[in-house]
Amino acid sequence: MDDLLREFVTETNESLDVVDVELVRFEQDPNNAKILGNVFRLVHTIKGTCGFLGLPRLEALAHAAETLMGKFRDGHRATSEAVTLILTTIDRIKQILESLEREQREPDGNDKDLIGDLEHMVGQLAPAAPPAAPQYAVGTLAPQVLERPLRPGEDSLDDLERAFRETPVDPPAPKPAKPAPGETLKDDDAKAANQSIRVTVDTLEHLMTMVSELVLTRNQLLEIVRQHEDSDFKVPLQRLSSVTAELQEGVMKTRMQPIGNAWQKLPRIVRDLSNELGKHIDLEMQGAETELDRQVLDLIKDPLTHMVRNSADHGLETPEQRRAAGKPEHGRIRLSAYHEGGHIIIQVADDGRGLDTARIKSRAIAQGLVSETDADKLSETQIHKFIFAPGMSTAAKVTSVSGRGVGMDVVRNNIDQIGGTIDVKSVAGVGLSFTIKIPLTLAIVAALIVEAGGDRFAIPQIAVIELVRARAGGDHRVERIKDTAVLRLRDKLLPLARLSHLLGIDTEPGDVESGFIVVTQVGSQSFGIVVDGVFHTEEIVVKPLSSKLRHIGLFSGNTILGDGSVIMIVDPNGVAQSLGTVAASQAETEEAAKSRHVAADENTTSLLVFRAGSPQPKAVPLSLVTRLEEIDAHKIELSNGRHMVQYRGQLMPLVSMNDKVQVKSEGAQPLLVFSDGARSMALVVDEIVDIIEDRLDIQVSGGDSGVLGSAIIKGQATEIVDVGHFLPLAFEDWFRNKDRPKLAARRRSLLLVDDSPFFRNMLSPVLQAVGYEVTAAASASEALAMFKAGREFDVVVTDIEMPEMNGFEFAEALRADPATAAVPVIALSSVVSLEAVERGRQVGFHDYVAKFDRQGLIAALKEQADVGRAA
Amino acid sequence: MTENAQQNLKEYVTAIIGGQLFGLPIVRVQDVFITERLTRVPLAPPEIAGLLNLRGRIVTLIDLRRRFGLGEREPGQTVMAIGVESRGESYGLLIDSVGEVLKLDESMREPNPINLDARLARVSEGIYRLDGQLLIVADVDRVLDIAPNAMAA
Repeated sequence: MDDLLREFVTETNESLDVVDVELVRFEQDPNNAKILGNVFRLVHTIKGTCGFLGLPRLEALAHAAETLMGKFRDGHRATSEAVTLILTTIDRIKQILESLEREQREPDGNDKDLIGDLEHMVGQLAPAAPPAAPQYAVGTLAPQVLERPLRPGEDSLDDLERAFRETPVDPPAPKPAKPAPGETLKDDDAKAANQSIRVTVDTLEHLMTMVSELVLTRNQLLEIVRQHEDSDFKVPLQRLSSVTAELQEGVMKTRMQPIGNAWQKLPRIVRDLSNELGKHIDLEMQGAETELDRQVLDLIKDPLTHMVRNSADHGLETPEQRRAAGKPEHGRIRLSAYHEGGHIIIQVADDGRGLDTARIKSRAIAQGLVSETDADKLSETQIHKFIFAPGMSTAAKVTSVSGRGVGMDVVRNNIDQIGGTIDVKSVAGVGLSFTIKIPLTLAIVAALIVEAGGDRFAIPQIAVIELVRARAGGDHRVERIKDTAVLRLRDKLLPLARLSHLLGIDTEPGDVESGFIVVTQVGSQSFGIVVDGVFHTEEIVVKPLSSKLRHIGLFSGNTILGDGSVIMIVDPNGVAQSLGTVAASQAETEEAAKSRHVAADENTTSLLVFRAGSPQPKAVPLSLVTRLEEIDAHKIELSNGRHMVQYRGQLMPLVSMNDKVQVKSEGAQPLLVFSDGARSMALVVDEIVDIIEDRLDIQVSGGDSGVLGSAIIKGQATEIVDVGHFLPLAFEDWFRNKDRPKLAARRRSLLLVDDSPFFRNMLSPVLQAVGYEVTAAASASEALAMFKAGREFDVVVTDIEMPEMNGFEFAEALRADPATAAVPVIALSSVVSLEAVERGRQVGFHDYVAKFDRQGLIAALKEQADVGRAA
Repeated sequence: MTENAQQNLKEYVTAIIGGQLFGLPIVRVQDVFITERLTRVPLAPPEIAGLLNLRGRIVTLIDLRRRFGLGEREPGQTVMAIGVESRGESYGLLIDSVGEVLKLDESMREPNPINLDARLARVSEGIYRLDGQLLIVADVDRVLDIAPNAMAA
């Protein structure tokens, strides 16, 4: 009996969770008979089983709820009150189940109150549909749920239904309800259930420990066999070894669960909240199938619920307020989860009023977290971070929903525990979003196992683009610009760093000419990590770093390899960050400290510094340069008054940076090669100086054509060269050869959103050249403000990686507003991964173009223009 | 064996580190193991000797010689570790050798001598005078309190 009861409790709890979710869906979609059928069926089963097990309280409740639901099925509208009543009943059933689980029997007491309410509700509904009362089995009663002919001995659904209805309602009365009807209806479910069984978590944990022990023992055996060359054990041991590995993998997989499990209760919570608070709230959930380790899932469940509650309570405005603010009445809370760069990202976003910066500030000062003078110096983003401090609940009034002192500090603690981070972004009046980043924790990822400085390390494969073996003279050549090593890989120059050097194992910068180069991409940055050896790839289960090691930015976790040894997991993000630092550390100390500080900033650009015509340095973003060449001056030819050089089977025009740069007549001539599709041109310069990682902050706009402006780079005023200016000098039709859209009567207007002044300046002339009227905005919020102010644009081109509000969020904001929903948006990004494109499509980008792909951008614009005309 | 006498007695696992006798409260000690197949962690604080896999758990090893400023260990000798737990994480404290378990009377414990080396005073909860030698009572939490910033440079 015990087992039976336990199984009943577990199963019923699960069914009730489904009922919760389905009822909320049904309320929104009252005509969906399928949902109702599903709910009805589940409650019906519960009722039947209760009768069977002799649980009168549960049975009476389930029966009363079922009767009310029967009314819906008869065509009565599901009013919000009625649904609330049913949900309350379900809560009561859950309470009873809880004590049933504890005490093995139903608790004392009765449910007259609820049952009375339910019956009253049924009575209220009754007069509206008179035919429902006298006849039980009319044709309109139920859409046929059973999808197969009846087997002999089975009763039809309608008959069963009648049997239930005719049964007296008095709780103690014995019920004819046998489990049979439930089973009949649950046929499909039963089949599914047979595919899985229930195992306690303890059993799994124990299994995991035992497998680890097995791995260790196997390793010891392997070690012994290694010492005895021709051992008979060798073959069986190998077999044991692979079986063990598979077993380990299998056991690890049992721990993974979709994040949707943690979200299951949210629709109900949001629904109750919206009733209670009188707000209209839509809850969207994306990526529910993203898998997480069970342990992690448990830890983030409560924080997520808390954040959703917060959004509903504080974040979203009342319908009146929303209408006054020009927003749709329905507020939106969006939950999404996805894997990105070896992390699991979970976002909770709403389109509510955003954080009240002034309030948080005064509260932080009152709590003594910051002094008043310091607070004035903080940016908005920094102030927003105070919400994670204890005692910072900012709800103006304490409601029953939130503001009970359990705040975001608890959320943050929970996330810290699993080695994750949480970030908040808020735009006043537009919305609030939390981004939780769980660094690989306990997730299984494929990793490349490499060797550096005699130790093994794992690099998450998701960041690895390719492996290159560098050879002198080969197509992939390692070159040096001053002290910086770069790899020439097809059309790109990649900065290189030796892993052992980054990790401080080798103090020598080391020679990068030997060894393997792991070409890695993080965000917009590509670089090569030089390692001594590459072993294999392995599926690893990432374990969080010890709290004593978490400050080391270069590692994202550690893991136990198949052979039982512990290995550190390199964090490509950390490598990207320290690359800038290493480059800088070779310069003078004071400067280095300064630029390290800058490099830690997220917006650094790799700049190629050179001299041309004057001692003042000039710079151009490395990413724009295709190659650096030094050619023999004798090879330069003069044709038609222009300097040319034969390059890769083609004639490549040379353009001087300015009049003062002389094309050399002997010796080696340094060139910067720019390519666009099949064409290349070279800029003649005097000397290539260095590659520097720095923030590009163009301060003075240049008077000279060909110069975008000046920036301070490593403490020196440096001219930033406008590559766009020189390209047409080589080929007059560079920008307008074939794809120039025919000019319409009116020039089409285009809004360019990019936080980098460099790209704004570079792209504007290009886009103007193809016939657009270009307006530039430095941030998404600036762009949104333009739309709000009533400006209209035919097309929007936006960068993805921007501070505060990124391109994805910007596109979503545009989509959310009916006034701007139809404007085509083209995304520019230095990263064009499948994942990013997919995400872009979801948020409504019309196209996705690599940042430096001018022709791609022009083609995309043309396509949008054509679509626009056709429409 | 009255109630009172029981209450005043505390059990310590003793260990020798750099010739000095230390005692760790037995309630905090999970196990004692021999360290094998250690993985070093680049850029880690010097006190952190590395990581190892102990029955499927990753254990962070802390070199108590370095932590207490008691000189470097000679290479090649087998190293014992005392396993402790703190906030759900497993640590192994590297020692030279493990001694017997002692029951000591709480009231006999003396405060740290004022001239005790700062690195020891930081972790010591007091001193017991035993026959012919001194035992330093180490507080596990303070031993584990390795500030990440202290090493970053």
